[in-house]
Amino acid sequence: MPYVSHADIGGRRGFGAVVPEPEGAVFHATWEARVLALTIALGATGRWNLDMSRSARETLPDYLDLTYYEIWLHGLEKLLIEKGLVTSDELSAGCARLAPVPVDRVLKADQVAALLAKGAPTERASVTPARFKPGQRVRTRRTPAEHHTRLPGYVRGKRGVVERVLGTHVFADSHAQGAGEDPQWLYTVVFDAAELWGSEAKPGHSVSFDAWEPYLEAA
Amino acid sequence: MEEEHSELSNVERRVRALETVMTQKGYIDPAALDVLIDTYQTKVGPRNGARVVARAWVDPAFRERLLRDATAAIAELGYSGRQGEHMIAVANAPGRHNVVVCTLCSCYPWPVLGLPPVWYKSAPYRSRMVRDPRGVLAEFGVTLPASTEIRVWDSTAEVRYLVIPERPTGTEGLSEEALAALVTRDSMIGTGLARAVGET
Repeated sequence: MPYVSHADIGGRRGFGAVVPEPEGAVFHATWEARVLALTIALGATGRWNLDMSRSARETLPDYLDLTYYEIWLHGLEKLLIEKGLVTSDELSAGCARLAPVPVDRVLKADQVAALLAKGAPTERASVTPARFKPGQRVRTRRTPAEHHTRLPGYVRGKRGVVERVLGTHVFADSHAQGAGEDPQWLYTVVFDAAELWGSEAKPGHSVSFDAWEPYLEAA
Repeated sequence: MEEEHSELSNVERRVRALETVMTQKGYIDPAALDVLIDTYQTKVGPRNGARVVARAWVDPAFRERLLRDATAAIAELGYSGRQGEHMIAVANAPGRHNVVVCTLCSCYPWPVLGLPPVWYKSAPYRSRMVRDPRGVLAEFGVTLPASTEIRVWDSTAEVRYLVIPERPTGTEGLSEEALAALVTRDSMIGTGLARAVGET
């Protein structure tokens, strides 16, 4: 089955106006808070990584019809089923029927602060020299990926300039597929809006994104 | 309205079922969920980022450290960790405006801004900010001079961006705390400006 991300919406038309909201309310319903907490706590079981979570969410067929915490909920259920922690029957019944599988860790209340403080840094030691340097012209890969990627469609096959070298980081594309961390050099690449949007672009508008080295070739 | 109500109840039932099964299987400690929620409801939010910005406004050496190594500079104020492991601060200036988006999901600097608002994660913001920043900014009530250059930062990797808004004029005598009160969440995303003195 071809890999389809429904989350790659940068530049797409037809979604209407943005609805700002004042600073303050963090959650709009109690269940949203539970979903956030369940996502973090179950992530601590170590049965998947953040890139696998993103992949599970973006491939939900009804992604664009769901609210954001619904996306998180459905993505979490999908991962739990895929990784064998639960069955869909158990979730529909709301009752455990099979014995649990072993997990790396069960997050306890007194471990939460340490878990959040530690985070999950993605920078790794560099073992190869960076291929590109600031100021260098590059072009992004043209072909769509057949798996999770962080190269958005709207910057595919576009010419830009390397602005900053960000070190070597866990490569999301490999990590999401369970192919290990496969660390790669990461760069901030900047595009003039006209390269992305043609004649509709207004002067003085640029867009940058963070690109792993395999997304780029010299231009 | 009634339909909306029953829709919500379905989601609530689904979340409750998930939490019940996870607890029965011993994968989670419900008390840990309460601590997680309390953390993001009461401890981690945009007031953290506002303190960072206010410090940068009053302390040129801190500002310099913030622009050079934001992760370390922000940690000086005690903010670090999940979704803020690799921070970059970008400063607005006359003629230069920065704004942050995550077109692919909802990447956001949690330790300094807390959890993202609904609009930040919404399809309209994610789809349009990279293409028509002036149009989106107008929906936030922000109109920039035509000569101002706009940079849109799409957070596609694990680097998280914090915008340092321009310090409002007429704030020379204000304390760091009073300055922080002028720094809005939106001004640190780039969809707003810092408040003027007396503006609410």
